[in-house]
Amino acid sequence: MTTDLPTSMQLPRPEPLLGTRGWAIFLAALIAVCAVAPALNLLVPEGSALHLSDYLVGLMGKFMCYAIVALAIDLIWGYTGILSLGHGLFFALGGYVMGMYLMREAAGPDALPAFMGFLDWKELPWHWALSGSFVATVLMVVLVPGVIGGVFGYFAFRSRIKGVYFSIITQALTYAAMLLFFRNETGFGGNNGFTGFKTLLGYSLNTQAMHVLLFALSGLALLGCILFSRWLIRSKYGRVLQAVRDAESRTMFCGYNPLPYKLSIWIISAMMCGLAGALYVPQVGIINPSEMSVGNSIEMAVWTAVGGRASLAGPIIGAFAVNGGKSWLTVAAPEYWLYVLGALFIVVTLLMPGGLIRLPAQIREWQDKRRALAQPSASQQGVQA
Amino acid sequence: MNILHKAMAAALGLLLSLSCHALTAEQTFAMAAAEDNDARAAAINAAVLEPDDGGRLAAYLQALADDAVRTAGGKVFVIQGERAIDPTTGAVTTPPADAEEIVNNNYLRGVIESAQAALALNSADVQARRAAAQKLAAEPDAARLPLIDKVLAGEQDAQVKAMLERAKAASLLGSEDSAERLQAVQQLAQIHTPETQLLLNQRLADESDPAVQKAIRSALSSIAESLAWGERLGAIFSGLSLGSVLLLAALGLAITYGLMGVINMAHGELIMIGAYATYLVQVLFQRWMPESAFGWYLVVAMPVSFIVAALVGAVLERGVIRFLYGRPLETLLATFGISLVLQQTVRSLFGAQNVGVENPAWMSGGVSLLPNLTLPFNRIAIILFAFAVLGAVAFMIARTRLGLFVRGVTQNRAMASCVGVNTARTDTYAFALGSGIAGLAGCALSQIGNVGPDLGQNYIVDSFLVVVLGGVGQLAGTVYAALGLGVLSKLLEGWAGAVLAKIAVLLFIVVFIQKRPQGIFALKGRSAEA
Repeated sequence: MTTDLPTSMQLPRPEPLLGTRGWAIFLAALIAVCAVAPALNLLVPEGSALHLSDYLVGLMGKFMCYAIVALAIDLIWGYTGILSLGHGLFFALGGYVMGMYLMREAAGPDALPAFMGFLDWKELPWHWALSGSFVATVLMVVLVPGVIGGVFGYFAFRSRIKGVYFSIITQALTYAAMLLFFRNETGFGGNNGFTGFKTLLGYSLNTQAMHVLLFALSGLALLGCILFSRWLIRSKYGRVLQAVRDAESRTMFCGYNPLPYKLSIWIISAMMCGLAGALYVPQVGIINPSEMSVGNSIEMAVWTAVGGRASLAGPIIGAFAVNGGKSWLTVAAPEYWLYVLGALFIVVTLLMPGGLIRLPAQIREWQDKRRALAQPSASQQGVQA
Repeated sequence: MNILHKAMAAALGLLLSLSCHALTAEQTFAMAAAEDNDARAAAINAAVLEPDDGGRLAAYLQALADDAVRTAGGKVFVIQGERAIDPTTGAVTTPPADAEEIVNNNYLRGVIESAQAALALNSADVQARRAAAQKLAAEPDAARLPLIDKVLAGEQDAQVKAMLERAKAASLLGSEDSAERLQAVQQLAQIHTPETQLLLNQRLADESDPAVQKAIRSALSSIAESLAWGERLGAIFSGLSLGSVLLLAALGLAITYGLMGVINMAHGELIMIGAYATYLVQVLFQRWMPESAFGWYLVVAMPVSFIVAALVGAVLERGVIRFLYGRPLETLLATFGISLVLQQTVRSLFGAQNVGVENPAWMSGGVSLLPNLTLPFNRIAIILFAFAVLGAVAFMIARTRLGLFVRGVTQNRAMASCVGVNTARTDTYAFALGSGIAGLAGCALSQIGNVGPDLGQNYIVDSFLVVVLGGVGQLAGTVYAALGLGVLSKLLEGWAGAVLAKIAVLLFIVVFIQKRPQGIFALKGRSAEA
């Protein structure tokens, strides 16, 4: 008796994490983020055509944080089929945790953050206890969204809330959190949120070197998230997720319990969002409850949809494309931005369900279809919209 | 000595009787420009105690209130446009160029207003006397006690009398004599209004006599008890009112989402369109119709807002939504895009600011049931309107041909199509109906809230929660959910404040959906999973 499977039944060797081309692109991106862009910004003189302006460095740093969010939404929506309209909450939670640390540092070791002075508070509220330590802050940046997402997700998935119900409940959750954070007495700075940051680990936030460092950190985080996501979705775990997305009942009949799968990917996604928020806040210098507005979370889903769901590069392209368009248009013609964003929602859902990344393939299919129509005898390759 | 006294009394009496007949120059000067504000107030209060001769004092007080008084060299001038008159005689004079303008601070304005009210107590018109007595009761002042006593002796109207008794008691609360204070507290304890509660609370803070303190405490608790009823009823009424607003906002959604399965995130913007249509009708009435017809504008606005929103809805269904049936998440995103476009369109057309929508005259005011419970007419009208719309929708779904088709298409599209229902047209009609109801909601909401480009955003989350809580496809569930949520959040609001109540309600819904994922009325059978 042998435990070996007969040769005919042997499974194919799993494909590598990234192919040769994939690793080449990855390395190129790594070098661009960590060496080329910083060098172009810091070393190349300002007049030169190759100089990367501070504005662009800041913008790209922000976009890379957005790209992490889009990737996180892709994991839960594109690969697991659960549309969250509450990722703005997790993003903001990570941002608030980082903001608390920065506020403490700006206030000095023994003083209270300025807004508490206005409220005439004498001591820190309990939930600020860990905000003095950078190590704890880094941990809390992912743990807070993870735990809150986990508690919510456990109850939601356990009672098998899904589809649109789930989306609307996440929306309500974010809305409730926004109302809570708007209150002054909850200790999150109310309307104004946190601002007036000065230093990070003792180094000024307003130096060019710090901007470039945060930019590089965001880039590294994004690349790390891509690699991690790729590893996740290629694993057996990731395949179960996709099975849940495509046919949840059938997956259950095969003996899988979807709850731990859905819950864990939900928590991972929330944590990634928290990380993005934490990197975002020191770069823009402010965090306030409007990050949790209903529209904001939906816009995040649109980055993913525009780029292309169920692909790793898609959400990143989407985040850069939509936000690039927004940055340009809100300056060039502010009154048209909402028209464009609205049209984008409609056009993407109606005409390009695969997003930007599948647009070339879609165009090819259209052409094939037209050719097939022109020659009725040719192969009847149906195209599913 | 006795003789001397008598002589003095006689002289005083002569003086008084003289001053009875006319406002003297000294008096008018003291009222306008005595050494300090307290002295001016004293002069004003003293002047009111005497009978007004030919309305001179009333006119002079009005001039003081209007800042139309100037003084120069101990003389007073009332400025009337180009000319100036002497308040004591009414003769036209010319003030010197350096005449000083008299400025009143808020304290003096209060004194002048009370003095005017005190004067009005002598008015022949009962309504004016009632209003004056009410004003005096609201601003008690021990200095006016003699006047109140005098008027009370001659007053016939029971309401004015009661109000004056209250004013007297309120004024006595500040008395030096603790027995008088005790009596005043006992008298006030009979009057169960928020005003007396406030008065007694203020007194309690300064009270030193333990007996009076005890009396005030027991009076306060008896007042609080009877006020609590008004508050409870008020909370339930405002809950019903909020519930009917939610019902209106959610009814259209119950058709588009509940029956058709379309996640219409632009529903809030359809409500907004209804509100703006109402605004436009109002503007047209203001510009082209006689003023007497203004009260009717709402009657015209109702069908207009329905039709406009229904047309927009029909266009949306034909243009976008029909390509997305069966893909709810995509519909959600596409309609959110539509909502952004509609918002920006309204912003471009009407500006980012709120526009003003006025209540017609028959909608302002309210009916007062208890001292602290007044039901505003516009709220009552919205409750009635919501139920009228509900009745119309229920009739339409249950009894009409369109309703039959909608239900048929919802249950089994293929079969409905087979038996000859034009399903595509039915979809358009049903969606237009849902949108039109949103327009009606907007027309109603324009009467109680702000009308601006963000109007829809304020209602979209709530309306979805109502529909989800009520159970998809269930009109009755929508009604229970809307009214239940409205009453629940108003009751919580009284206890925890508006924002915390909202959060608590949202958490409640999240927990409730845990227990009953399909809402209050779950669909039974196989269709429940779909």
